[in-house]
Amino acid sequence: MVEKRLIELVEVTRVYPLPSGDVVALDRVSLTIHEGEFVAIMGPSGSGKSTLLNQLGCLDRPTSGDLFIRGKNTREMNDRELTGLRLNTIGYIFQRFNLIPLLTAYENVEYPYLMKHREPDYTGRVDSLLGMVGIDPPMAAHKPPELSGGQQQRVAIARALVNDPALILCDEPTGNLDSVTGRQIMEMLAELHRKGRTILMVTHDAEVAGFAERTIVMKDGRVI
Amino acid sequence: MRDVILSLSLRSIRIHFLRSVLAALGIVIGVVAISSMGMMGANMTLSVTEELSSMANNLVVRAYTGGAGFGGGPGGSGASGGGDEFITESEFREITKIAEKYGLVYGVQSESDRIEVGDRKGRATVYGLDDKVIPSIFSLSEGTFPKSTSSVVIGPTLASRYSLKTGSRIDIGDPDKGGTTTVRVVGILEERGMSMDVNSDSAIIANQKLFNGIYGREGEYNQVNVILSDINDTQKVKSAILEKMNRKEETVTIQDSSRMLESITSTLSTMTTFVMAIAGISLLVAATSIFNVMMMSVTERVREIGIMRSIGTQKSEIRKMFIYESVILGVIGATIGAILSLAIGWVVVLAMVGSTDYFFSPPSLVYIPSAMLVGIVICVISGVYPAWRASSLDPIEALRAE
Repeated sequence: MVEKRLIELVEVTRVYPLPSGDVVALDRVSLTIHEGEFVAIMGPSGSGKSTLLNQLGCLDRPTSGDLFIRGKNTREMNDRELTGLRLNTIGYIFQRFNLIPLLTAYENVEYPYLMKHREPDYTGRVDSLLGMVGIDPPMAAHKPPELSGGQQQRVAIARALVNDPALILCDEPTGNLDSVTGRQIMEMLAELHRKGRTILMVTHDAEVAGFAERTIVMKDGRVI
Repeated sequence: MRDVILSLSLRSIRIHFLRSVLAALGIVIGVVAISSMGMMGANMTLSVTEELSSMANNLVVRAYTGGAGFGGGPGGSGASGGGDEFITESEFREITKIAEKYGLVYGVQSESDRIEVGDRKGRATVYGLDDKVIPSIFSLSEGTFPKSTSSVVIGPTLASRYSLKTGSRIDIGDPDKGGTTTVRVVGILEERGMSMDVNSDSAIIANQKLFNGIYGREGEYNQVNVILSDINDTQKVKSAILEKMNRKEETVTIQDSSRMLESITSTLSTMTTFVMAIAGISLLVAATSIFNVMMMSVTERVREIGIMRSIGTQKSEIRKMFIYESVILGVIGATIGAILSLAIGWVVVLAMVGSTDYFFSPPSLVYIPSAMLVGIVICVISGVYPAWRASSLDPIEALRAE
């Protein structure tokens, strides 16, 4: 089986200039992620895992080095194109769920769909995704503050999937959940992986990392 | 299509209802201030114009005297005598033919002469007017209009200067040059002020028969006056007379008061603009409050902006969300302001102008949509910077916000 390269980092360095001296958050990281992989990035706080995730999520640009997504160099993209990548190619799942508080659960899932298709979801995709993550219609009518953490994270997963992204990025997806709920969420991610999704997850929890098929360990901004 | 960005703006306004209401209130006040001041100015101009046009509807036709402008007025006695200084009977008839369908046309004869009341001597203008015309252009404060060839009416200034009453006698003319004529005062006119047509306040008004009896000037008019029924005919009548009378050579000149009217209305409109500019300051205050509310909205929603950006919302859409919010506040404020303007404007106009006859006329009502537009535009301008600030937030930083 020929593995297709989805993401390729070449000598990516990210330096935060601070008055007290430059902080090297990523130090010449090179990394390749193929389609269909489930990768966990582990490491202690300050090891650069979040910085790496921000690079992969096109929220940040490398100080030097190149990041290729599906063979395209993100260095050559403007803000508009990078935002387009975040909308169409990347699904983001955050530790703090990050749902839009003004919108209902349903509308939160529909939001990226509306942004992409410029019309409401007539295909039933939002409903079926919500059903898949176990959010029933009455619950979907609630706003995020009225939902439990586990429910919010399920909504966030549905939202991350709505535009059928090539890559799902998870930043400590179980960090704000109790262990039982966390396990349910991880099983849901594992199921997505089994269905062929590419998932990249940052965690410091070894048990959570155990769901992944490959683990990358980081320390002091480097992959070890 | 459902606009999710618009619905986010609407929800944000609904959630911060009180804050939004207060911001919109600023716009309400601004719109009301500008439109009611504007309406006051418009109503003032309209009613002053109407009042003036009842005075300014006069055309005064005089004989052409060469470069001297309008000569031949009162005091044209003595060395005069050239027929060119007067409008002749046939010219008068021609003018009447042209202008009579637009209003009242009458000839005016006048002389400045010596008068004697008891043992007091002085000078006064003597006017000779048609019997039928006198009652239609003058009002009496006492007495009656002259009916015989020995009776006259006099202006109030002349009356008080010589202590004249109805029944008093005046000797007109110089006893050394052709003798005097004694006339009896039968009425005293109301004060009329300065006027282009006939300055009656310190004059003696006689009928034509009496005038011609004294001066023997049958068919020689110093001026022909036209009182127009509609002031808008001024230019039409003026050019019709000039075209007819001056076809071969310059025989008449015409003076009208439309210039005066123009300058008065332009002064009023300058005043209105000035008052509206002062009212505009209230919109400036409103702009500050909208700006403040928008900045608060941005600060409060930093994290939300971060989320939206991180899941693929373009900067332009974030900008749109905040511009929408300020436009909605502006539209709500301006609409309420417009409705209130009708009521408050009415009260202001009634208090300052004293009449609301013109309140619903287009030149007055036009201030409502104009003020609304200004209010909305100001809202949009106040929302631009906050919207730009929101859209240029770094998504990573924004996501960290609490």
